[in-house]
Amino acid sequence: MKFGVVVFPGSNCDDDAYHAVGSILGQPVELLWHKSEQISGCDAIILPGGFAFGDYLRTGALARFSPVMQSVERFARRGGLVLGICNGFQILLESGLLPGAMLRNQGLRFLCRQVHLRVETTDTPFTVGAHEGQVLKMPIAHMAGNYFCDAPTLAGLEEHDQIILRYTAADGGTVDYSDPDANPNGSIAGIAAICNRERNVLGMMPHPERALEAGLGSVDGLVILNSMVQSLMQHAAASA
Amino acid sequence: MSVTQTTPISPEVAADHGLTLEEYARIQTILGRDPNITELGIFSVMWSEHCSYKSSRVHLRRLPTQGQHVVQGPGENAGVVDIGDGLCAVFKMESHNHPSFVEPFQGAATGVGGILRDIFTMGARPIAVLDSLRFGPIVPEQGAGSASAEDIAQNRRIFDGVVRGISFYGNCFGVPTVGGEVVFDSGYSRNPLVNVLALGIARRDELFFAKARGAGNPVIYVGAKTGRDGIHGASLLASAEFSEQSQQKRPNVQVGDPFMEKLLLEACLEAMRTGAVLAIQDMGAAGLTSSSSEMASRGGMGIEIDLARVPQRETGITPYEIMLSESQERMLLIAERGREAEVLRVFEKWGLDAVEIGRVTDDKKLRVLNRGVLEAEIPADAIAEQGPVYERPIAEPHRRAASPLIEFSARSTYTENFRRLLASPTVASKEWIYGQYDYQVRTNTRVVPGGGDAAVVRIKGTQRALALSTDGNGRWCQLNPRLGAMHAVAEAARNVACSGAQPVAATNCLNFGNPEKPEVMWQFREAIDGIAEACRELEVPITGGNVSFYNETLGRPIAPTPVLGVLGILEDAERALGMGFQQDGDAIVLLDAGKNSPSTEHTRRELSSSEYAKVIYGIESGDPPRIDLADEKKLVNCLVALANEGVVASAHDISDGGLAVTLAESGFVSESEGLAAQVDLPTAAPFEAELFGERGARAVVSARPDFVSRIAEIAAQYAVRAQQIGKVAPGEFRIQLNGQMAIRGSSESLRQVWKEAIQQALQPQ
Repeated sequence: MKFGVVVFPGSNCDDDAYHAVGSILGQPVELLWHKSEQISGCDAIILPGGFAFGDYLRTGALARFSPVMQSVERFARRGGLVLGICNGFQILLESGLLPGAMLRNQGLRFLCRQVHLRVETTDTPFTVGAHEGQVLKMPIAHMAGNYFCDAPTLAGLEEHDQIILRYTAADGGTVDYSDPDANPNGSIAGIAAICNRERNVLGMMPHPERALEAGLGSVDGLVILNSMVQSLMQHAAASA
Repeated sequence: MSVTQTTPISPEVAADHGLTLEEYARIQTILGRDPNITELGIFSVMWSEHCSYKSSRVHLRRLPTQGQHVVQGPGENAGVVDIGDGLCAVFKMESHNHPSFVEPFQGAATGVGGILRDIFTMGARPIAVLDSLRFGPIVPEQGAGSASAEDIAQNRRIFDGVVRGISFYGNCFGVPTVGGEVVFDSGYSRNPLVNVLALGIARRDELFFAKARGAGNPVIYVGAKTGRDGIHGASLLASAEFSEQSQQKRPNVQVGDPFMEKLLLEACLEAMRTGAVLAIQDMGAAGLTSSSSEMASRGGMGIEIDLARVPQRETGITPYEIMLSESQERMLLIAERGREAEVLRVFEKWGLDAVEIGRVTDDKKLRVLNRGVLEAEIPADAIAEQGPVYERPIAEPHRRAASPLIEFSARSTYTENFRRLLASPTVASKEWIYGQYDYQVRTNTRVVPGGGDAAVVRIKGTQRALALSTDGNGRWCQLNPRLGAMHAVAEAARNVACSGAQPVAATNCLNFGNPEKPEVMWQFREAIDGIAEACRELEVPITGGNVSFYNETLGRPIAPTPVLGVLGILEDAERALGMGFQQDGDAIVLLDAGKNSPSTEHTRRELSSSEYAKVIYGIESGDPPRIDLADEKKLVNCLVALANEGVVASAHDISDGGLAVTLAESGFVSESEGLAAQVDLPTAAPFEAELFGERGARAVVSARPDFVSRIAEIAAQYAVRAQQIGKVAPGEFRIQLNGQMAIRGSSESLRQVWKEAIQQALQPQ
């Protein structure tokens, strides 16, 4: 099993994702330069957070044209696991691997804080180790995390169980999504993470790689990353 | 070839460049001829106050710079201290005050960018940034010096712009902004202070220095193209007072591009790993001029460059402009001849310009060519090292007519006063600010902003962590610069110790008025002596820093504001302490290494200089609390020992707002909401002084009740008094003195006041 972490010019959570997989999960991991057209040998790809290409034009708008993205798209279409975190989520939206778009936070300010997330479904390789309704604590750090899509798209996401995490209260109870304390960036329907119809591509604004050690505030990011490891191992066992 | 001649330099032109007649004559002597306009520009920026330290140099020599951990003291791009495991901490603080007033967003952004380059130019990867900020009031204040409505509106815009600028640059670059401090005071209306401290980590055997080596080696320009922005930016903008016309200086402010800087960081570190880079320096203040002449001078070499090869953003830029441009995100490096290609390849990978623009020579001259024309030829030492040094006149200012002292008031008002104190922006929660900074990127932040007295970042691959705190008190320095400066050192060291780390070194940023005024130089001298004494006593040598003079607008200087940044080493990152209470039922222990005032009159004078006196009564007079550095050191060592042994759950020093604010904050930031202090302590002092006095050498710790006796034992070893004064409990915040209720209130309602004050101040009226 090998993870690949893509490095775009301006990625700044690439080292963190690398550290998370290599040192915390103890899994093989490799950095993939954005110009490389090969991701062969990787069983899962992480598009890390940061400001790829300075977020010029729009977040993720330039990164999607990097050569590596063609390989990532092919990999995804073949069912490979792709996790986009923060800027990585934005890039997945721009590249069309996930539906919808990202707007600036409703307060028009950068937000860095811990948030609570409710696991909406465990039927993905990214949440298979969670239980439905589980509340996860993780940090967000972004300027443009206000997820938006049109009504039919939202209905489609709901219908196909593609909303994976929503912002919630500490106890996981229902919150008013117009309340900035509960839904900090103003995302439609409190959406923090979605997956594609095939369920192998996940985009999330919160940072699981920052929530893996008790001393750093939370270990709930392990739920996401361990789920990926578990899924990959099951897949490997099944195909063996 | 002889140097090209331009129109003869008139006295007016020299004066416009900020050069005195004597300085101009000195230039003529050095050159043995008249300078041309490009040479005049080069001298003027290098001999500006900002670059030459001509007024401060004689005083800075008195600072202690040696110590057990110090690898590199002042004189390089940043200070370096050994932190074990073959690693070094590279850190420095710098000001960007003037640009941040003229254009708050870009001024603050490029302040962050500039100090980050100073760190990675030494081969260190930046891992933390702290900001020490001063603004004019953002809400109406008590007292005579209060700001006008117009000033308040402008202060809010500056405050907002500075915070956005720091957020914009640091977040994109990918360095966590982990701490700092923010003070609001009318003295900083129209003259905000933006001091940025950056910390990086390098392997001790892979440090890079800015010393030219080897005649014939290529000089390579890397990074952003040169434009006309920032000409005379840091150098002249920061070397003169402000007037009504200051906003017209906006074109002198540099424009930052954090994405470019991020690429520059990665490319420089990667190029350094090739082994083909011999020396490197960033182009900060005075751009190409300072980087070339300083590298040449430090290495005892010369440098020759051809401006025609410098990447330029537009056509028609003159040699003068190229040499003085302060365009951001540029570096100058010297590579090993024959291995240029290895270096150039790295920059190409990152999509950055990298061009060989000249070579190292052995004639110790800075020689500037442009399309075959010799534009400048100056001895490198003359501009970099032999600038004028002034012993400016010094005169103690006349004491102003004795301003009123505080009158101790009746007990019934304490809770109400306390509530007002919590709502004052200087005391209130800074969450609105740090919530806009990415303080967790790089996943090292053990103690987050607002979570403790110092920021703590662990060092991956080791057991250790580093702690940092920046502190300064302009009001105290105004009243007594020597004592105020000593407090700045002591508080920063104390804060670091509260996190459990042993303070090992310091950096400073000295913000003062016009050095040509004898009263300002007196303040400066006094402050330096105070810093020197405190750093010596607390064993935190100064490894670098920055002096910012001319912090005056319309002839009124700011309060002298030396800001100290102290670095500490925590042997076990797992032992890092925050300030928040952990557990219902924990004991609250007051640690006190100092002595109470000898008389009520003393107490009164000391309380008159407190944040409380200012906020509640509009009084800023009296004296800063007396300080005994030996006591401060006892407390520091005691706190470190307590953390080491793992017997305390939280630690928070007593500073702005006194004991009452310290106790309240430990509840406010607790992970378990609603926990509060409930204490009762005996006192012989007037109640107001006991509650709100800011005497140092004290801290409040919380601990499991069964650890209290062990805490007392450890404290006794350090001759620190440890007194259990109460416990952590949910619901009500309560301070009793001699059994009588002094302050009580619902912890949640007090927390709301404290938490929301800054945000409310900024809401549209």
